[in-house]
Amino acid sequence: MGVKVIIPTPLRAYAGKQESVEVQGATVGEALASLTSRYGDLKKHLFNEEGRLRSFVNVYVNDEDIRFLKKDQTGVRDGDIISIIPSIAGGA
Amino acid sequence: MASKIEVSTNTAANQPGATLSNEEILRYSRHLIMPEVGMEGQLKLKQAKVLCIGTGGLGAPLGLYLAAAGVGRLGLIDFDVVDFTNLQRQVLFGSGDIGRPKIEAAASRLRDLNPDIRIDTFETRLTSENALDTLKDYDLIVDGTDNFPTRYLVNDACVLLGKPYVYGSIFRFEGQITVFADQTGPCYRCLYPEPPPPGLVPSCAEGGVLGVLPGIVGTIQAMETLKLIIGKGQPLIGRLLLFDALAMKFRELKLRKNPECPACGQHRTITHLIDYAEFCGIRGEESEAPATTVPEITPKELKARLDRGDDLYILDVREPHEYQICNLGGHLLPLGELALRAAELDSSKEIVAHCRSGKRSAEAVEFLRKAGFRKLWNLKGGILAWSDEVDPSVPKY
Repeated sequence: MGVKVIIPTPLRAYAGKQESVEVQGATVGEALASLTSRYGDLKKHLFNEEGRLRSFVNVYVNDEDIRFLKKDQTGVRDGDIISIIPSIAGGA
Repeated sequence: MASKIEVSTNTAANQPGATLSNEEILRYSRHLIMPEVGMEGQLKLKQAKVLCIGTGGLGAPLGLYLAAAGVGRLGLIDFDVVDFTNLQRQVLFGSGDIGRPKIEAAASRLRDLNPDIRIDTFETRLTSENALDTLKDYDLIVDGTDNFPTRYLVNDACVLLGKPYVYGSIFRFEGQITVFADQTGPCYRCLYPEPPPPGLVPSCAEGGVLGVLPGIVGTIQAMETLKLIIGKGQPLIGRLLLFDALAMKFRELKLRKNPECPACGQHRTITHLIDYAEFCGIRGEESEAPATTVPEITPKELKARLDRGDDLYILDVREPHEYQICNLGGHLLPLGELALRAAELDSSKEIVAHCRSGKRSAEAVEFLRKAGFRKLWNLKGGILAWSDEVDPSVPKY
């Protein structure tokens, strides 16, 4: 069954236009690595040069922000949903 | 985690707001007959002071519904002028307002809707110099802005002043809404400590937006504002509401306060307003003009060469849906596919690349130059300039 990663609109162009992608992994870090190995272009949008998650991109496991769990070491199980929520600013 | 928000209604100090006239009772009767609002709730609305930052996509439903509900004092800030392309979504304005300052058109419309409320207008840009003074007289600040620097500015000002901040933002078909209000709850910087680098997340002008989306998000913001004022229901404090219009799904994520937040955390380093343009990595206004190191040809020069019969290869690097709006008969090869398909191009030919405004085609020319192409031109100003200078029958978009 795997873990579902929901791809936000601004990044869908880099994930084969998909809204969500199924990946394998025991932690958020592994799941995102699996995602970016499949979609290389996504990597630079999610991670900086040091391999850290960019600070304007938040990642949630189900409804909890991983920064308040164990960050990329946060465990994930089959059926969990990882949401990538980038900062957006439109309004006019 | 969420606690009650006290919005100051200051009945004693604000005598004129202490009662409702017979006319007001009639106007707001649909509020008054609900126990959740009643006379008490309507009086709170009458005495509330709300500042709306922006009168555009989000600001339109905000202004309309807050005025309609009888918010006693509504502040509006906007420095912009009504543009034809605004009418697709900025429903405060009409065709007769084109060219008019938005603040004037907005105030006029809202005064017509509700002549009983006080409307303060600020035809100015909100800056670090004026933000604290501008915000301090209001109970609640609502976000109708469209850029990162202003959002961080408003957030920091609200934290410094202890004011609730009703946040809303949109992108294409998605929206985010929450309320940053609690002394014990998160602020915007808890959610996003830093903005994306400039140019990564397009504005509505660059990325497009379905007109009704800010209508939905702004209306939710108005609802949250009214709930905070009357003190009823569960506000979105500590909750990030995500809206996906295409799927028509709402999702909710938990927002937590970051104890290390520089604005609202335990060791606050933001004690005054900063240079937000610098914080967001922007120096001055971002222009649409391409880099001038790329060889350029103006629309008139191109027209002259085509009329002469020169063998030029017109390369259109826009997207297929743009080609359908208007085109110069060029060969369509979207910028995003150039790397994969550059081999389709003949480097012995003179290539003129164009896009909508000249920015993407400049990138294309730069890419092809690095790939070894030598006979390259970027159409300065793109198809927009072609319409302005050569053929006005070509629609602009």
